[in-house]
This record gives sequence, structure tokens and C-alpha cells, in this order.
Amino acid sequence: MSVSTFPGTGRGVIPTVADPVLEIRNLSVEYGYDENPTKVLRDVSLTLNRGEVLGLAGESGCGKSTLAYAATRLLPPPGLITGGEVVFRGRDGVEQDILTLSDKDLRASRWQDMAIVFQGAMNSLNPVHRIGRQIVDALQAHVPGISRRDADDRAAHLLELVGISADRVRSYPHQLSGGMRQRVMIAMALALEPQVLIMDEPTTALDVVMQRQIVEQIAELRDRLGFSVIFITHDVSLLIEIADRIAIMYAGEIVEEAHAHDVYRRPRHPYSDGLLHSFPPLRGPRRELTGIPGSPPDLARLPVGCPFRDRCAFAFDACATVSPRLTAPAVPGDTPGRSVACLRHDPAAVTAAGFTPQPVPDRLSL
Amino acid sequence: MAIDSTILEDVPQDVAPALAAAAPGKRKLLFLRNAKALTGLGIMAFFGVIAIIGPWIAPYDPNAISADLLQPPSWSHWMGTTHTGQDIFSQILVGTRGVLVVGLTAGIIATVIGMIVGVTAGFVGGAGDETLSALSNIFLVIPQLPLIIIIAGQLPSAGGITVAVIIAITGWAWGARVLRAQTLSLRKRDFVEAARANGERSWRIIGAEIMPNLTAIIAAGFVGTVTFAVLSQITLAFLGVTSVSDWNWGTILFWAQNNLALQRGAWWWFVPAGLCIALLGMALTLINFGIDEFVNPRLRSTGLRARDLRRRGIRPRIGFTPVVRETSPRAAQEDQA
Amino acid sequence: MRFLLRRTIFYALTAWAAVTINFIIPRLMPGDPVKAIMAKYQGRLDSSAEQAIRTLLGLQEDKSIWQQYVEYWSLLLHGNLGVSFQFFPTPVADIIRQALPWTVGLVGLATIVSFTIGTLVGTGIGWRRGTWADQLLPLSTFFSAVPYFWLGLICIAVFSVGLGWFPTNGSYDRSLIPSLNAEFIGSVLYYGILPAVTIVVSSIAGWILGMRNMMVTVSSEDYVTVAQAKGLSERRVLFGYAARNAILPQVSSFALSLGFIVGGTLVMEMVFSYQGIGYVLYQAVTTHDYPLMQGCFLVITLSVLAANILADFVYAGLDPRTRQEG
Repeated sequence: MSVSTFPGTGRGVIPTVADPVLEIRNLSVEYGYDENPTKVLRDVSLTLNRGEVLGLAGESGCGKSTLAYAATRLLPPPGLITGGEVVFRGRDGVEQDILTLSDKDLRASRWQDMAIVFQGAMNSLNPVHRIGRQIVDALQAHVPGISRRDADDRAAHLLELVGISADRVRSYPHQLSGGMRQRVMIAMALALEPQVLIMDEPTTALDVVMQRQIVEQIAELRDRLGFSVIFITHDVSLLIEIADRIAIMYAGEIVEEAHAHDVYRRPRHPYSDGLLHSFPPLRGPRRELTGIPGSPPDLARLPVGCPFRDRCAFAFDACATVSPRLTAPAVPGDTPGRSVACLRHDPAAVTAAGFTPQPVPDRLSL
Repeated sequence: MAIDSTILEDVPQDVAPALAAAAPGKRKLLFLRNAKALTGLGIMAFFGVIAIIGPWIAPYDPNAISADLLQPPSWSHWMGTTHTGQDIFSQILVGTRGVLVVGLTAGIIATVIGMIVGVTAGFVGGAGDETLSALSNIFLVIPQLPLIIIIAGQLPSAGGITVAVIIAITGWAWGARVLRAQTLSLRKRDFVEAARANGERSWRIIGAEIMPNLTAIIAAGFVGTVTFAVLSQITLAFLGVTSVSDWNWGTILFWAQNNLALQRGAWWWFVPAGLCIALLGMALTLINFGIDEFVNPRLRSTGLRARDLRRRGIRPRIGFTPVVRETSPRAAQEDQA
Repeated sequence: MRFLLRRTIFYALTAWAAVTINFIIPRLMPGDPVKAIMAKYQGRLDSSAEQAIRTLLGLQEDKSIWQQYVEYWSLLLHGNLGVSFQFFPTPVADIIRQALPWTVGLVGLATIVSFTIGTLVGTGIGWRRGTWADQLLPLSTFFSAVPYFWLGLICIAVFSVGLGWFPTNGSYDRSLIPSLNAEFIGSVLYYGILPAVTIVVSSIAGWILGMRNMMVTVSSEDYVTVAQAKGLSERRVLFGYAARNAILPQVSSFALSLGFIVGGTLVMEMVFSYQGIGYVLYQAVTTHDYPLMQGCFLVITLSVLAANILADFVYAGLDPRTRQEG
């Protein structure tokens, strides 16, 4: 079920050859150590290519943050990874599965290979240490023998990189505004020049102007430093601005994955379609805002069949029994490499279960 | 004290209303399913029964002098006798009532004072809040026990209820502080703001919107104060500051200490009373743990399932999510497929 | 510095409240204790002593309550806490001056040791949840439920009477003359071990539980996860991030519960007949020596306030947010 990659177009430094830096394969995560854990991620596979910005979108509670935390093994108790692989491929081509690393190797790999900017920078910074020291901490943990002065210089330089004056290294987090703290977090994440940067709703708590600035800054830094980004947000219109590829998650599974422009112009999954009509686009023509009726299902009591069917305008009888899998959309002439998990696009599975396949609605086959 | 302070610092902003939203019946059941709380309540019930029937089931008059001087425990005197031949078991049974009456009375009075001061301070805000907070902090910082001792020591005679009142007057501040903090955070929540916008009267908002959300914290404060009151009262009795002729567990220890029970090796004279205090104190602490864990789910110990977790190879840690592949055969099959 | 200014005002207020409580209490008590005292200590108290006692206890019929209050303050500010009945004519201030160092030494040191060890143990238990360390919790629950003095009695029964390892009471060998030589200091240490250990054992549970709960709460903060994400060493995450923040509420709870702890540990002095303030207070209560009682209460309260101020300085040093200007 591995997700195939496709040649990028247009933007920045996207390589023309698929060169995966991070491959998540069949990742499953449960929440709760008791007999009835909640299955918050079910067989999620996702590939991030070198130099690319991959957007991960969905409503809150769909598992997009859980995916980021699980892939880095930072999920707090009672989170439990029950299966899958998270393969990181270094610049030298050596592959390692994050999930099988020893504590020591995992510590060494962290921040060096993959760094994270967490949701809500308010609480991501230690309130009792100067921000300079918090950056220096990361440097000293990974660069053996780095002198304090070099580390300080580097911290000051990193702050300047994100547009904060260097003398702010001596500030405490409470002396900074929300936007500045978020920039500090980005500076800190870049301290060791990681190859993968995971950004978990980095702009949620900020106002629109600040959101814009941060997103532009990330795009600019990516072009300059060449790292790959997994950008997590519930705001799809923001993703269109920055992402090369977008994966849409629903109820702990990926339901659609495609090039950003394809998702935006030609969504194939009814959920993606609904999500796109829930946010005003940042630029371009206005579109009608409709939202999605209902609310996400309770993951602890997930029904069989398609988890989205209760909220779906195109659900039919098979949706109640057959679980959709990611397949190529049943739209002739569609961009190769995109995938969708919807029974309207998978007549074979519907027929195999003894139901009558239904055609893809016009709305989902533009 | 530690118990109270954790409530003070830990109550997550969003937990209390979430609990309040659940059906009241379900909440009660949740609390009663907590093993710690159940054990504590069980022990309390036991002492409660003793406090009521103690004087009737006591085999001897606790004051009666007999010829069995300083006898170790035997069939006729389960907990031995004092140097004048008084039955210690009877003294414990009779003394239970005094301990519980003073503890509960002081707890109720102190909780009421704490509620009035704390909720008012949190609700009115501004200068009123500053004043009331300063007042409770002053009472918190002044060492309570010495204060109780000098008040009780200057009274011509300090009986049970007087002692309870003194303890309550000096010991209400913890509850007030905790309640103020919680009221303050409740006051800013939407449902209270909505009630205000609707023009509801203050006392109605406090009664209908705020109080129900404070129940767990009031209960914890009450239990904490009862613990404090029991310990204080027993300490006062042990020091002979209060009337030494009213039987409670502290009085037993007072006579034991003054008649050199330690030096005579008469362990049966001071061990049972101390164990009773410890048992009662533990019961109260356990109830408070139950309330704590009920209010703050983060504190729930994983210890109950520790053995099970070890068996499955799970070590819950921050920053290192355990990876256990056996538990999900589906994923394993898929890996092969 | 707004934090420290606020705290200073608060402590001034508390000190004023303590003095005023001391002033009011005897005036609320029924009867005329001075007459009874004069009768009891017949001949040993002269009329000037009676006058001083009346000022202290507020039984000057000819003066208004305000005049009495002003006079009371002027006596206190001259360091005059009155004269002890029991040890007439020794001034209360002298008795307290002799007792205070013993209390500061015993209760002060034992409390600091207890706080330090308890906080460290609590850090460990809170950090390694779901391991054997959790089993220390029920044990500390038991110790937090037992009154201090009873544990003192048990320790005396076991270690002094039973095993004969330590003396049952006192603070040094009475056959020695107090001086700064090795023998005397050794004797003080020897006599102090059992009471000190008892205080530590009985008060440590509260710190362990408090710190454990703080650790559990702080461990789920984002910045601890960030610290782990940065790949810092376990030590650095624990002491630089988790425990470093968990200690803040622990220190403020130290300040707030100091009054409670000191109250309990003073009783320990009574059990061990250790010649500190607690024991003096005990003697004063049993002999109805009102001036001495009140002097003890005042000094205990002021000492606790002083310790609180120290704790506040430590807190201000630990938390940069309190040092914010404006």
C-alpha cells in the first residue's frame, strides 16, 4: 500500500526524481493501555520526498498531529505504537527505522535528522531559561565539543535567520510576543540543519498577518536550506499556499493524497471537497463556504465501513460494510500518482463485496 | 498540606467543567469506582460506627481503676491496662467519639468559612479579592498550631466544641485559597459570562453555576481540614492544653507520656492510639487522593496496571512512545501481505 | 521588582496581624488573670511587674484600648516582651534568646534536609511513573497521616529505651559546660540525631507527594516534549526542564506550609524535651506563664515569616517571570 510519488512541478527546489527522505509504512497507533484502546491511527502510509513540502490536513481529532508525534516517538502516555515502520533515509543513503532505534540512537537522531515545531509556541519554550540557552542546549547535545561561545554565536545567527534581532538571545520566553516565540521555535528547529522539519499547526494561535509572514518565511528558508517539510494544519487554504503535495486525513486514516493543485482544483474525496469549502481561500476567486455537516466519529466506537459515510452526500449501501482503501481515482485521464479512499472510486471492491458500484459524482470528477 | 497544594496548583483549566457536563449519577459512580476512595470511605465508616456505639460496647468504664496494674494485652484487657488499672481498649472505644466530633465540627465550620471567603474573593475580584486573599494568606503563614496552643492555653477550660471552633478559626485558609483560585477561573468561563449577560443575580450565579463545579474541591478541602483538625486536637490533648478528663486518643497518649509508659516499656499504652490516628489519617488521605485523581486525571497512577504493562513490555514515558507490535495482529499480517 | 514589593507589603501586614492577634487574645479572655497570677506568685512579683503584666495582657482599667495598643507596640519595639512568671524576674526576651538558636538548628536544619531529600525522591517517583518507585507512595501516605509527636514517641521507645542507642531527651550532656570544643559539639550532634531524624522522617512524605504530583503535571507540558524532541540527555531533560519547573510550585508550597511544618516540629521538641522554643512554649502553657506563651508565639511567627522571605528570594531567583519590570 505504499504511496507512489510523482514528479514535482514548478515550485522551488523540488527534485525531478523521487527521493524519499521519510517513509511511514502502515503505522498504527493506539491510545490507552487497557483492553479497549482507541485506535487513533490505522495503517497510515505516507512518503516525504527530499526538498518537498507535504501538507497534512483534516479536522481536529483526525489524527494528523498523532501521526507527527508517533513518527517521532514523542506521543505521550498512554499512546502506544502497535505496528509499522518509520524509515528515515539520511543524506548518505543509510536507512534506519525510527521505531526500532535504541533510546541512545533515537536521542542522537532527534533534531539532527528531524526537528519539530509544535503547536502553540506559548508552551513549547521552557519559561525559566533564556531562549538563547534553549537553542544552545540543542547544539551542545548534538555537536560534541562545541564551545559555549560558538554555540551562542550560532544561536544569535539562527535568530537573525528568522528575523529576530540577535540581542534577543538573552530574553526569556515571557518577554516575547506570540509570533516571535513561534519564530524562535523555527530558529531552534533549524539549529542542526535537519533534513525533515515537521510543523504542527505552527500558525494556529497567530493572527492572519503573522500567519502569512511565517508561512512565507518557511517557504523562503526551505528554498535556501533545502530541507523537507511536513506541514500540519486544519486550514487547507493555507496549505495550498505552501505545500507541494497534500494528504487529507479523516478518522485516523489518509483518505486522499495528491498534488496540492489537484486537491485544490479537483478534489476526489467527498471529505476533501467539504474541507475545501470550509475555509476561504487566501487568494484567488472566492468560493462558496458550506462546511461539512455533522462531526467526526468517535474513534473509540468506529463503525465498520467508511467512517465518513454519515456525513457524506454521496454515500450508498456499500459504504456501511466495505472499508474503502486508497486507490487511484476512477476518473479517466486523472493526474497519475494521486490516490483516494472512497468506494465511489473503487468499483472493484464494491463488486467484490456483492454491491452495485455507483458512478463517481460530477463534483468529484472535475 | 501536600494534598491541598496539589489541588491548588494542578487543577487543569478544562477538566472540572468537562466532568460537570457528565451526568451527576455517572460522576458519583466514577468516584466510587476509585479503589483508594472506597478504602478510605470504608475505614471512615468503621470509625463512624465505633464513635456511635463505642461507649456502649466498651467492656469497662474507661475511668474505672482496677487491680490489674500496667498489664500487657490479655483476653480480659485486649489492649492492656494503665498504671492505675484502667482498660485501654475501653478508652480507645470511648475516645473515638471525641475525635470524630471535633474533627467533623471543625471541618464543617472551617469549610463554611473557607467557602464564604474563597468564593466571594474569587467572584467579586478587585479590591475585595485583594483584601480577602491577603487575609487568608496571613492565616496560612501564621503557624497554626502555636496559635491554637496559645488560644487554648489562655482559656480557663477548653472542651471539645471550643477546641473545634478554635481549630476552625485558624484552619480555614487553605480551603479558601483553593476555592478562590477555582472560582476565579470559573468566573471567566462562557457559561458564567452568559449567565451574567442574562442579568442573573450574583447569588443565583454562585448557587446555580459556580457551586456545582466546586463540589469536588470543596469536598477535598473539607477532608483536608478534618485531617488537620484531628491531628491538631490530638496534639493539643497530648500536650495537656485541653481538658485531660475528656477521653480521646490524644488524652490516652497524654497519660501514657506523663506516667512514663515509654520508660516502663508499656508499648500497649501508646501504640494502639497512635495506630488508630494513623489509620484514620490514612483513610482521610486516601479519600483525598480519590478526589484528587477524580478532579485531575493526569494524577491517576498507572501503578494499578504496572504488572500488566511490564508483561506487555510497555514502559510509559514522556518522549519515548513504546512500540509494541504483538498487540495488533492485523498490522503484522499486513506487513507480510 | 514588583513581586518583591508586593511580598514585602504582605509580610509587613502579616507581622502586624500576628502582633495584633497577640494583643487581642488576652483581652478577649474571661476573668482577670492578673489577680490570680499575683496571688499565685505571691511576694515574687512586685507592683511594677504587675503594671507590666497589665500592659501586656491589656487589663489596665484606666486606659482606652487605643492607648493600650500604642503602649503595647512601644514595649515590643524596645524588645520588651515582658517578664516570665515562671522564671521571675527573667525577661521573656532572654529566655527566648537562649532557646531560639536550638530551634533554628534543629527544626531549621531538619526541615531543609527533609525538603531537599523529599523533593529529590519525589522528582524520581514522578519522572519514572509505572515503575517500582510508585510503591513508595503508600509508605509516604502512611507517614503523612501519623502525627509527628507519635512517631517521636515510637522512636524514643525503640531507639532510646529499647536499644539504648540515643538519649531519651535533652539537647546535650548536662555534665558538659557549653563551649565551642569538640566534646560539646559532639554531644550536641549526638543528642540531636534522633529528634532530627524523626522530624525528617515525619515531614518528608509531604514533600515527596507534592513534588511527585508537580512532576506528573509538568512532565506533560509541551516544553518537556520539546526537550525530548531536541534529543537532550535524560539528565538535562529531567533537571533542566521537568524538575526545574516543577520545583517552582514546590518552593511556594514550602513557604506556605512552613507554618504548619514548624508547628508540628515544635511539638517534637516537647516530646524530646529539647530546649528550643517549642519546649519553652510547652512549659509556658503547662504553667500558665502568659507573657512567655505570647512571646514564644510572636517569635515563632516572626521566624516563620523570615523563612518565608528567604523562600521568596529563592523563588524570585528561580522564576524569571517574577523579576519582570513594571
